[in-house]
Amino acid sequence: MAISFNLNGNPVSVDVDPEMPLLWVVRETQGLTGTKFGCGIAACGACTMHVDGVATRTCVLPVEAVAGATIKTIESIGPDTPSAVQDAWLTHQVPQCGYCQSGMIMAVEALLDENPTPSDADIDDAITNICRCGTYDRIRAAVHTAAQLRREG
Amino acid sequence: MSDTTETKKRSTLGKWTRRSFLATAGVVGGGLALGLTLSPNRLKMAADGAATGDEVLLNTWVKVTPDNKITVFFPHSEMGQGAGTGLAQMLAEEMEADWDTVSIVQAPVTEEYTNSDLGRGYIVGEGANIPAFMYPMLDFAFFQIAGNLVGQMTGGSTAIRLTGHHGMRRAGAAAKEMLLQAAAADWDVPVASLTARDSMVTHEASGRSATFGALAAQAAEYSPNLKPALKDSAAYRIVGTAKPRLDLPEKVNGTAQFGIDVTVPGMVYAAVALPPIRDARVAAVDDSAALARPGVGQVVNLGDAVAVTADSYWTASRAIEALGITWSGGQTELSSASVRAQHVSDLEGGDLEEMDAEGDVAGALGQGTSLKAEYEVPYLAHATMEPMNCTVSLSGDRADIWVGHQNQLFARNAAAETLGMEPANVTMHPVYLGGGFGRRGDMDFVTLGVRIAQSLDTPVKVIWSRETDMTNDTYRPAILARMEGAVQNGRISAFSNRYIDARSGMPDSERPFDFQYDVPNRDIARVICPSPIPVGTWRAVDFTQMGFFHESFMDELAEAAGADPLQFRIDHSGNPRRRAVLERLGAESGWGETLPEGQAIGVAMVDSFGTVVGQAVHAGVSPDGGVTVHRVVSVVDCGRVINPSAAEAQVTGSVIYGLTSALYGEITLEGGAIRQTNFPDYEMIRLENAPEQSVHFIDSDEAPGGLGEPAVPPVTPALTNALYKLTGNRIRNLPITKSGLHVA
Repeated sequence: MAISFNLNGNPVSVDVDPEMPLLWVVRETQGLTGTKFGCGIAACGACTMHVDGVATRTCVLPVEAVAGATIKTIESIGPDTPSAVQDAWLTHQVPQCGYCQSGMIMAVEALLDENPTPSDADIDDAITNICRCGTYDRIRAAVHTAAQLRREG
Repeated sequence: MSDTTETKKRSTLGKWTRRSFLATAGVVGGGLALGLTLSPNRLKMAADGAATGDEVLLNTWVKVTPDNKITVFFPHSEMGQGAGTGLAQMLAEEMEADWDTVSIVQAPVTEEYTNSDLGRGYIVGEGANIPAFMYPMLDFAFFQIAGNLVGQMTGGSTAIRLTGHHGMRRAGAAAKEMLLQAAAADWDVPVASLTARDSMVTHEASGRSATFGALAAQAAEYSPNLKPALKDSAAYRIVGTAKPRLDLPEKVNGTAQFGIDVTVPGMVYAAVALPPIRDARVAAVDDSAALARPGVGQVVNLGDAVAVTADSYWTASRAIEALGITWSGGQTELSSASVRAQHVSDLEGGDLEEMDAEGDVAGALGQGTSLKAEYEVPYLAHATMEPMNCTVSLSGDRADIWVGHQNQLFARNAAAETLGMEPANVTMHPVYLGGGFGRRGDMDFVTLGVRIAQSLDTPVKVIWSRETDMTNDTYRPAILARMEGAVQNGRISAFSNRYIDARSGMPDSERPFDFQYDVPNRDIARVICPSPIPVGTWRAVDFTQMGFFHESFMDELAEAAGADPLQFRIDHSGNPRRRAVLERLGAESGWGETLPEGQAIGVAMVDSFGTVVGQAVHAGVSPDGGVTVHRVVSVVDCGRVINPSAAEAQVTGSVIYGLTSALYGEITLEGGAIRQTNFPDYEMIRLENAPEQSVHFIDSDEAPGGLGEPAVPPVTPALTNALYKLTGNRIRNLPITKSGLHVA
C-alpha cells in the first residue's frame, strides 16, 4: 500500500515495505543521498531529517510512521542561497570528511528554530550527533554564528 | 615551430623520448590544433579523464583552459584533511596563479599520478606495469621521493610533506616557466624580462600582457623543466593563508558524493554476513526464509562470507538476519585474555630484536633510583562514520569500481587480481571518503565487493552494517610493554623497553619505538607477535601506543627525580625543535599556575611524521571518579604551515580522536568474537564532553611535516598524567575506565 508524505515541498507516494526506515526510502527510492547512514540504531545522528519540524533520526523510523507528515532533508536547506547555518559552517570551515555534517546541520537548524539564542549548554544538550573527525569546537562556534546571522536576518 | 613539428613526427614513429612524451601528454583534445598524430590510445593513457575539448594539460598535475581557469589534480584521497586545497595552494603559489580561478579534482587512478617512485616497482615489484617511457615523467613528479610509500596513497601524513613539497611546488614552477617561455617566443622578448602574477604574464617594458589561458596551448609545446627555480618563501602570497577549503561547499548541502551515495543503473543492493567467530567458515546456509521476503534477489555464499541482494539495502539487511547460516570452525579459543597471555609469554621467552641500543643499561639501572612498570593498551576500531562499502559494475573484461579508498591504485590492482583482469581494465571512480583514519587503506572491503559482484549479473552496491564494520575492522593492535629506567642526579641515566610488535603495518623507518629524550644508556627491543585478528594502520599507528607508554613513564621518571614533569622534559631535549615546543607549551598552557580545586594539568610530547606536538590537558576528577577534560592546548611544529585553518582542524580533530580512545576506547575478544558492535558499546566523544581547545603553531620556514596524525598520540598520556596528579593512581592500562574512572 502506498504511503504518502511531503518531501522537501513535494508530495511523494511510495509503495514499499511500511517498516522500511525513512532513511532508506529517501536515499534509495527518492534518490536523495545527502542524508547518511551511520549506525542503524539512532545512536549517531548521521540520518537526521526534520519530521514536521522536529529533528528526527530516520534510520529506525518506519516510513509508515510519517504518512501525511512533512519531511525535510539537507537537500531542502538553502538549495539556492546558503542558510545561516550553512553560511556559518563555511565561515568556520566546520566539515572535515563531511559525512556527518548533513545530520549535524539538520539538528542545528531544528535547534535554532526552537531556540534562537542557545547557550553552550543548550547546544550540548540538543546536538548529540557523533562526528568522528572531531569538528566539535567549530560546530559550537558555528552554531553561535548561525544564531546571530538568523537574528540579523 | 618547425622544430616542434619535427619532434612530433618522430614520436609517431614510436621513438618515445622524454621530450616527445611530455609534449604529447601536454596536449589532449586540443591535440589536433597542434598537429599531433599520436594514436588516440596513447593520448588517452597520458591523461585519461583529465582533459576534454580544447583544454590543455601543462603537465599531469595542472590543467589550464582557454578561459584562464586552472584545475589542479591531486593524487590523494580526500577524507577530511583538506589535502586537495593545501596541495593546490602549493602549486598555485609557484605558478603565480590567481587563486580565485583555481579548482581541484582528484586525479584519475592511473600510474601517472602515483605519489611515490612506484614507477620503478620499488614497492609493488611485478605489480607496477608502468612503461619505461614514462619514467621521466615519474621522475619529474617524484624525484627525491623515496622510501616506503605506495601508489596514490593517503596515509602516513604524506600529502603535503611529500606530494606537495616535492611534486606540486615543482609542477607549479615548471608550468610557470613554460608559460613564460611561450610569451617570450610570441613577443620575441627575453624570458627574464617577463613577470607572472595572478594568472597573467606581463612584459613591463612594452606593456604587453596575456593570460595563462591564452598562452596555455603554446606553453604545452615546451618540456617541463625538471628542476625549476622555486620561490623564496618570503614572497609567498597563497601558501600560509587560510584559504577556504574547496571541497566544503558541497559538504554543507548534501551534494558531496561519498562511496555509499553512488548509484549505478541497474544495480542491486547487498548486505553481508561475515564470520562471527574469527576465521569460521560457512558450513550451511538455509536461505528459504530470506528468499521468501519480497524484494530479495540472490543469496551468495562465498564460503567466508554470505551476501544477500535486494532492491534496497534495508531489505537486504533484513534478509541477512533471516538467513540460517551455520558457521564452523574458527578461533573459538581466542579472547582478550589469550592475546594478553601470548604477549606475556612472548615478552618473557620470545626472540628479542634490538631497535635502539646505546651504552650500558644494566650498569646504569643498578645506580640511582630505578623503577619499572608494565603498560598495555587494547585493540581499537577505526569506526569511520561511513561504514565500509563498495560498488562494482562488471561488463565483459572491464570493471568499474566506486569505493572510498586511501590507496586507489592498490585497490584497483587488488580488484584486478581478484577478477583476473589487467589493472588497466579496472576503472576506479574517485569519491569522497566518510573518514579514513587508516581503515580505508585495506583491501578487504574492495575484494569482498568484487567477489560478490562476480556472482551476479548486475552491478551491486555492497554496504556493511555498522555491526559488520565494527566487528570486522583491521584494528589498532593491543600491545604490552615493560619499561625500566633509572634517574641519577636529576637526569635519566637509563631507559629500557621490551614491547610487543603486533605488525600493524607501520614501517620501522618512522621509528615509533624511539624514546624521544636524551638518555645515554638505552635498550629498546621488541618481540614480534603478529596479532591473531586483523590489524592495520590506525591514525598515528604505533605512535599511539608508544606515545602513551613513553610519555607516561617519562612522568614516572620525573617524579622519581623529584622534578617538574615539563622542565624535566625540556632538560632532556637537546633537539631544538622539541625543546622549543615544550617551552612554548609551558607558556601557553598555564603550566605552573594555580588551578581551580580538583583540576590538574598533564603534559606530553611526541615527534611523529616529521612534526613535533606538545599537548597539555586540563582535567578534573569528581569524588566518584568522574573525569572531565576541560581544556586541551596543543603546540605544533609542523614546519611551514600551508593552510592555518585546515592545519588547526587537523590538530583539534586529532585531539578528539586520541581522547576518545583514552576515555572510552576498547575492543575486546571473547570466544573468538568481537564484543563491541556499535556506538553504545564503543562510545564516542560528543559535543557535551568535547573540551575547549587552543592550537599554537611554531613559526617555521622548515619543510612541512605531516599533520593528519601527529596530534593524536600525546593527548592520551597528557590526560593520564593529569589524572595521576589528581588521584595518585598511575594509569597504565587504557581506557581510563579500567582504573576505576569514568567520563563525568
